[in-house]
Amino acid sequence: MADARNGRRTDDIRSLERTASKLREHVVRMIGVGKAGHLGGSCSLAEIAAALYFRAMRFDPKNIADPDRDRLLLSKGHSVLIQYAALIELGVIPLAEREKVKTLGGMLQGHPDMDKTPGIEAVTGSLGQGLSIGVGMALALRLDRRGARVFVIMGDGELAEGQLWEAAMAAARFGLDRITGIVDRNRIQATGPTREVFEIPQIEEKWRAFGWNTLTVDGHSIPAVLDALDRASGMHGAPTVIVADTVKGKGISFAEDTAAFHNGILTQGQYDLALAELQAAQAAPEEGRSA
Amino acid sequence: MTIPTNPRSAYGEALVALGAKDPRVVALDADLSKSTQSIMFKTAYPDRHFEMGIAEQNMVSTAAGLALAGKIPFLHSFAVFASGRVYDQLRNSVCIPNLDVRICGSSCGLSDFGDGKTHQSVEDVALMRALPNMSVLCPADSLELAAMMECILEWRGPVYLRVNRNDLPFTTSPDSAYRIGQITPLRDGDDAAIFASGVMVSAALDAARMLDAKGVSARVLNVGTIKPLDGEAAVRHAAGVRAIVAAEEHSVIGGLGSALLEALRGAPHAPVELIGIGDRFGLSAESYGALLAHFGLTAEAITSAVLTLLEG
Ligand SMILES: Cc1ncc(C[n+]2csc(CCOP(=O)(O)OP(=O)(O)O)c2C)c(N)n1
Repeated sequence: MADARNGRRTDDIRSLERTASKLREHVVRMIGVGKAGHLGGSCSLAEIAAALYFRAMRFDPKNIADPDRDRLLLSKGHSVLIQYAALIELGVIPLAEREKVKTLGGMLQGHPDMDKTPGIEAVTGSLGQGLSIGVGMALALRLDRRGARVFVIMGDGELAEGQLWEAAMAAARFGLDRITGIVDRNRIQATGPTREVFEIPQIEEKWRAFGWNTLTVDGHSIPAVLDALDRASGMHGAPTVIVADTVKGKGISFAEDTAAFHNGILTQGQYDLALAELQAAQAAPEEGRSA
Repeated sequence: MTIPTNPRSAYGEALVALGAKDPRVVALDADLSKSTQSIMFKTAYPDRHFEMGIAEQNMVSTAAGLALAGKIPFLHSFAVFASGRVYDQLRNSVCIPNLDVRICGSSCGLSDFGDGKTHQSVEDVALMRALPNMSVLCPADSLELAAMMECILEWRGPVYLRVNRNDLPFTTSPDSAYRIGQITPLRDGDDAAIFASGVMVSAALDAARMLDAKGVSARVLNVGTIKPLDGEAAVRHAAGVRAIVAAEEHSVIGGLGSALLEALRGAPHAPVELIGIGDRFGLSAESYGALLAHFGLTAEAITSAVLTLLEG
């Protein structure tokens, strides 16, 4: 079956939707019961992570040190659970590590640690630094004449960090069209809704003023995310940012759009309910596609 | 007033009390007011609270402006960001002009155990101590924190205050005559002197009890003010013993131990051992206790350090 747009196969899209739910399931299992974990900002990225790791990125799980691999940097490093989930699903991280997140001596730290976790490209977690690292990587890749792309995922709360705009200026100044920024616009930050805490209006206009191309998508629509990633790779001369409208905690009814699950603790009942909902989403034939 | 055992709650309450006492008190946050509990101040005095967004550097220099215009700003973030991320802003906007800015470094040391090395601050005392004009406070429990907060309004110049994320046992008693700079003797002893700060104060008291059982008497000194360190008092408390240990939840480079050695350098003194974090970063763990044990920040470690020095 072929999708009208770009000839994407609907069964292909359905499979990525299932993958996104599967990634969320890994995240919930990583957090477990009675322990704090960044559920919300991880789940808002599930479709984006699925689209990147399972379709758009040049990334061979059998050869993760390939110098020509595309790089994914999580500038909003607190959401690393979704990246761990993808790397588990790809077989890069052993499944046995999943229940050992944030335990002493474990491979999976609370924030991205390139020295401990295979597939993690940088150390992030102090917000606002990922795009600068991406600029450095893109400059080096260009010097070495490698075609690899650099994807940098940022939070909308994180956009308040000035360093990020310094990096944005540098990327445009150097014409780094191999960088694709992705803003996870879930409209909730640590202490509450961005509109109450620290609203940053006109995000697209700001990136444009800094010399970037911009695309706005529904971050939970696999076809829309794939199309945006395709279009970004076709734009030359300037970097592109994809502003993805998402829902924090997406896919888990009680956590959706809820600041409490920015870094919340799941009760046994919530844990069971979350897994049931996510497994149902994987089983349903045509479910899981958001409007 | 009963003081909560959690230092973050005690901090929030104390800040509200300062706000009532002095209208010049203002608070600034960088999207962590729930973690730091400065949200209590925001609720009590919404017009004197400024949510600056996740933009710590701007927050620090903005505080400098507030101070220059007559306010007493209290800044909040995790200790690692409130010290390191904004080091240059603190140095140039705040410390060089010697402004009355108070920095709350919350979730200090390893106390944000799950989040790992990017969120743990084991070098903040070294950084802040090196800044001229900056004072560095590290309370042992909520009682001492509250006592420090009462003094902090009158203090001239910038102050950096370390606040632990987890409940700490009460080890101090409310001292009406508290002053910033004081070294508080908590226990007497003739054989060894244990200087400790923060969470390590209760470990030092436990160690003294363990040493007692072995026939070794150790005095315990709570060093709540790491800078300015009362050098004369340090020399006095270190005199007459055969072993000296400094214990802190911080790198052994540049923290309490370094400050103590600097203070003792002109005076004759017994051999010194430093208990702290080696030259390395933190990591994630399932509990605070597990992490402290992993880094050897325990009563047992203090005890064996004392015994080793005495066997010397
Ligand atoms: C420099 C810095 N300041 C503060 C924090 C603490 N922190 C972690 S996540 C977060 C909120 C992030 O909000 P946003 O960027 O919108 O991410 P999302 O909503 O997608 O989780 C904050 C303040 C940090 N990690 N780094």
